[in-house]
Amino acid sequence: MKRLPMRSTAQASAVFRFPAHSIAGRAGTSLKHEHLQAIVADEKRDLFFEVHAENYMGAGGPPHAALNRIRHDYPVSLHGVCMSIGGPQSLDKTHLGRFKALVDRYEPALVSEHLAWSTHGTAYFNDLLPLPYTAETLARVADHIDQVQEALGRQLLLENPSTYLIFPESTMSETLFIAELVRRTGCGLLLDINNVFVSATNHGFAALAYLADFPLEHVSEIHLAGHTEQADDEGDLLLIDSHDRPVTDAVWKLFDTVIGQYGPIPTLVEWDSDLPDWPLLKAEADAAQAIIDRHAQGFMPGKAHAAR
Amino acid sequence: MPPVEGREGDSGEPSYAAVFAGALLDPDLATPAAVAGPKSKAAGKRYDIYRNNVTVSLINAVAAVFPTTQRITGGDFFRAMARFYVRATPPTSPLLFEYGRDFPNFIEQYEYAQSVPWLADVARIERAWLDAYHAADIQPLMPHALASIPSERLVDTILKPHPAARIVRSRFPAVTIFTANRSDGSASRVEVVEAEDALLTRPALDVEARRLPPGGAIFVTRLIAGDSLGTAASAALSDSPSFDLAANIGGLLEAGAFTTALYRESQ
Repeated sequence: MKRLPMRSTAQASAVFRFPAHSIAGRAGTSLKHEHLQAIVADEKRDLFFEVHAENYMGAGGPPHAALNRIRHDYPVSLHGVCMSIGGPQSLDKTHLGRFKALVDRYEPALVSEHLAWSTHGTAYFNDLLPLPYTAETLARVADHIDQVQEALGRQLLLENPSTYLIFPESTMSETLFIAELVRRTGCGLLLDINNVFVSATNHGFAALAYLADFPLEHVSEIHLAGHTEQADDEGDLLLIDSHDRPVTDAVWKLFDTVIGQYGPIPTLVEWDSDLPDWPLLKAEADAAQAIIDRHAQGFMPGKAHAAR
Repeated sequence: MPPVEGREGDSGEPSYAAVFAGALLDPDLATPAAVAGPKSKAAGKRYDIYRNNVTVSLINAVAAVFPTTQRITGGDFFRAMARFYVRATPPTSPLLFEYGRDFPNFIEQYEYAQSVPWLADVARIERAWLDAYHAADIQPLMPHALASIPSERLVDTILKPHPAARIVRSRFPAVTIFTANRSDGSASRVEVVEAEDALLTRPALDVEARRLPPGGAIFVTRLIAGDSLGTAASAALSDSPSFDLAANIGGLLEAGAFTTALYRESQ
């Protein structure tokens, strides 16, 4: 009887890994369990899904059953919302450990977090709060990103925030701050184009000017989302990053411009409250996919960001 | 949570986060002076967006943990109550499914909830329900598992609790009220008035809530604490003379309350 060759440990463990679905050039949506049945019934498999990491930090139960199912059939992007990377206090090592365990367990195609903070002292505020852009905060945030990337053993994508206020103590622009974080830490970027549009409106600058200053060559994922309108103290338009409605025309135009210049980049449509039925959310992802595909011909496979 | 280190800037001044966070949960405090609108605009309404985001999202988080409690009180009453709660007790973990462990105690003390004294116990069942939902995935002990244990060994047998198993005791018919209001739609009128103890388990993916028979809560609480079947049964019997050992064991195994039976082999 012929002896089978021994498999290396790496190969043996690979048997139990999820399929390595490519996320390159794909559009996706936030994963909401309300949509799970409709997603599973859908024959199409050319999407990707993004999950908020914290929702899967329980030990077991239906959340993990759902994510296992989805991860088997689709590429998954793991999106952290409460690492508090932009805060002055030390990272929560317990939380970082939980985050790493999820990365190891689900082998996400992309891993991201926010340029923001959400915990102060022991209080968790469940919002993405702003920070001043100074030499001191730059050093602190870069140190936090280093710690995360070291713990995960992989690159983290950092997302640009939507903001409503400024800190007069800031000494540099947000785009310069972000470019410098990339240079110091080697992190990648998640460009949220709705956030750019919201912040541009709220602070009175041109979204295209922000994008011109943004280190787009380091962007490995794009976010699109809907926003709502309010007014500031002066009665001027103030946009709220609400994730509760379709992407606006202005944001689609900016997205078209970025994809036209940089080629296919995995793009996610976020929708977190007032959830629509699955076909409507899927249609938003289809619209993003159509723009990606329309521009794809001009870009060689493997070039620039199609590599991810 | 990590120790509160590195929060203050090198200068010893409060950090931007300390200043910004200070007024987030208190609408009566002034907008922090460290923030501004762009181009000399005012910061007030802009800062209020963060205040609103924080408060509303935390109220939503409480509502997500306690949907049955909200269904019973109605949305306006619940959100008003939760607003007081989140401002007094913001979460101390970013895992919001862990939030609200002291919310039932808050309900018990809440001035406007005094007319519904059973509401806190329904909330306790609901908090335990979510713990069961997120508990580790472990195959429960099969109902016939004890049949293979020699009868003379049963009294010394120790049953290891399933990670999802939870007990909530109530002086009110809290299980019946919880079950009647768990799903959407008009709740049937609750006619029961006796005390009820709840057992929550998750044998597979669905959480199950059931009433424990007389003495059952004592029995299973002692078993979870590591007491042997014999010791737990004695405690249950002295609490409730009508305690039925076979029916209780059968019910607990059927609910998936345990993972392993440990007993000493005969010499």
